[in-house]
Amino acid sequence: MPNLKLMLPELLLFAWAILVIIIGISRRRKNNESLIYITLLGIVISGLLIPIAGYGELFGRTFLVDKYAVFFKIIFLGAAFFAVASSSDLMSKLKSDHGEFFGLMLLSTVGMMFLTSTAELITLYVSLELTTIPLFVLAAYRKDQLASSEAGLKYLILGALSSAILLYGISLIYGLTGTTFLNDNLMRLIQQSIQMLLTTASINPALAIAIIMLVAGLGFKLALVPFHMWAPDVYEGAPTPVTAFLSVASKAAGVAALARIFYAGLTSFHSTDWGPLLAVLAAAAMIVGNITAVLQTNIKRMLAYSSIAHIGYLLIGFVALPLGDSGSINGPASLMFYLFAYMFANMGAFACAIAFARNFDSYQIRDYQGLSEKSTGLAVMLTIFLLSLAGIPPLVGFFGKYYVFLAGWTDYRWLVIIGILTSVIALYYYANVIKQMFFNKEKSTLDKVKLDTPLAITLVLTVIGTIVCGLYPEPVIRFAVEAVAIFPF
Amino acid sequence: MQISLTHYLALAAVLFAIGFFGVLTRRNAIGILMAIELMFNAVNINFVAFNRFITPIEFTGQIFAIFTVVIAAAEATVGLAIVLLIYRNFRDIFVDNINLMKW
Repeated sequence: MPNLKLMLPELLLFAWAILVIIIGISRRRKNNESLIYITLLGIVISGLLIPIAGYGELFGRTFLVDKYAVFFKIIFLGAAFFAVASSSDLMSKLKSDHGEFFGLMLLSTVGMMFLTSTAELITLYVSLELTTIPLFVLAAYRKDQLASSEAGLKYLILGALSSAILLYGISLIYGLTGTTFLNDNLMRLIQQSIQMLLTTASINPALAIAIIMLVAGLGFKLALVPFHMWAPDVYEGAPTPVTAFLSVASKAAGVAALARIFYAGLTSFHSTDWGPLLAVLAAAAMIVGNITAVLQTNIKRMLAYSSIAHIGYLLIGFVALPLGDSGSINGPASLMFYLFAYMFANMGAFACAIAFARNFDSYQIRDYQGLSEKSTGLAVMLTIFLLSLAGIPPLVGFFGKYYVFLAGWTDYRWLVIIGILTSVIALYYYANVIKQMFFNKEKSTLDKVKLDTPLAITLVLTVIGTIVCGLYPEPVIRFAVEAVAIFPF
Repeated sequence: MQISLTHYLALAAVLFAIGFFGVLTRRNAIGILMAIELMFNAVNINFVAFNRFITPIEFTGQIFAIFTVVIAAAEATVGLAIVLLIYRNFRDIFVDNINLMKW
């Protein structure tokens, strides 16, 4: 009998998703917030089950729970928690209980949790689809809004296309190695096939095509430049809680899958094949994302482009593999810490945008002017999130950027320099919003912002996370360093 | 003539390329979904052929192909639902005309 206890958080969340859908169907009462609280309860229970489930392996290595998986599961559950809590306004606009909205969000989270705890390509692919297919529906959820349907269609077409490309890459990996398990065995088989195939060239063409297709397929999910064109449209059109969830959880899931495939399966090709490729993509993401974000007038679109840039910073940590020296902060660990920091700040920034749109029905940055006059609290919170995203100490985003740059400094110094320069551009467009809120008071016509309870919970928790993890980042970092010790660098 | 792995892989590559070309050139949303299905099926040929020639004893590739078929069906279901929604909202399924958001 397999030890299904390991799968407990996922199984509970899956059951909870079904339960929420049933409750949503069976009640026809008009909008109240109880469904949100029921969903949040499920997420919290699932999080509490993670320590009970423990560590181990199931079904060969098809399902495994290690510290790496647990770290990402906490990020996914956190993002889902904040996204669900900030969807109260969306629910009141929809004018009835929508259990399937929360059900789909939970199912997508379950997919992400499976995605991060597998080292086998079939399971990885199936859970990737379990992650994205509910997100297609969620992006198109505002059936009455044209922009939302358009976002759904764009996301669907590019998501399906990218998974076909990814799948072709996986099929080539399978053909080269004869196995779908990502472990040392796979590496050995690839090395053998290379030695057989290679006498002159330095790169096996089939493996190179496979790696390019894997990067392209996952790059679409991550909105990596040059595969990022769908992201701003989808982020703008989709309902804002879904946008927040997409920009954090779905990216974290893509990073988790990318790291699992490339670290566990293909480490030995780091320096020749995928290291330089991803370094160039990281530089492109930082430059394109930050420069385009300057031009945006819509805050959702601005955050979309800034999230494209953040993927670039993440990838600095991704390509900077540690050499020997274990135990201290290294590239992969800094990447995980960056995601953790990004989760709080980005979810918080989107929650502020939701709070603003709830009262004033606008996502335009110019409408934010003089916000601090009547609602200082919201303005201060949005300032904290934006400064954390920009990387200002002592907020958590500063340590995220600092460790990523530190890890990349030895091998990829040019990349770090691009990162620092583009951070300055980023500070400009974040500070622009802050300037609108604090220094253009005279023209302000804004009333005091009213919040509902779940949204207030989101804002308070994300502010606490941003500040506390910034002042005391050591436990998270230690956990991340222990987590990446499983990979054979 | 013996049909070898190369033949299957060439067939799959051609099908994949046709599908990809279709995604890029089709203007009709349904046509794009059909082209994506073609790409998925190209991958299935790859999996089954690799299974036959590389690991004839195990069935990993065939199992993967079955999973791919199921997921492609799920994707097509959601896809058609979204296309229907687009048609209701825009009265049009030509992707050129669905362009509220740009740049």
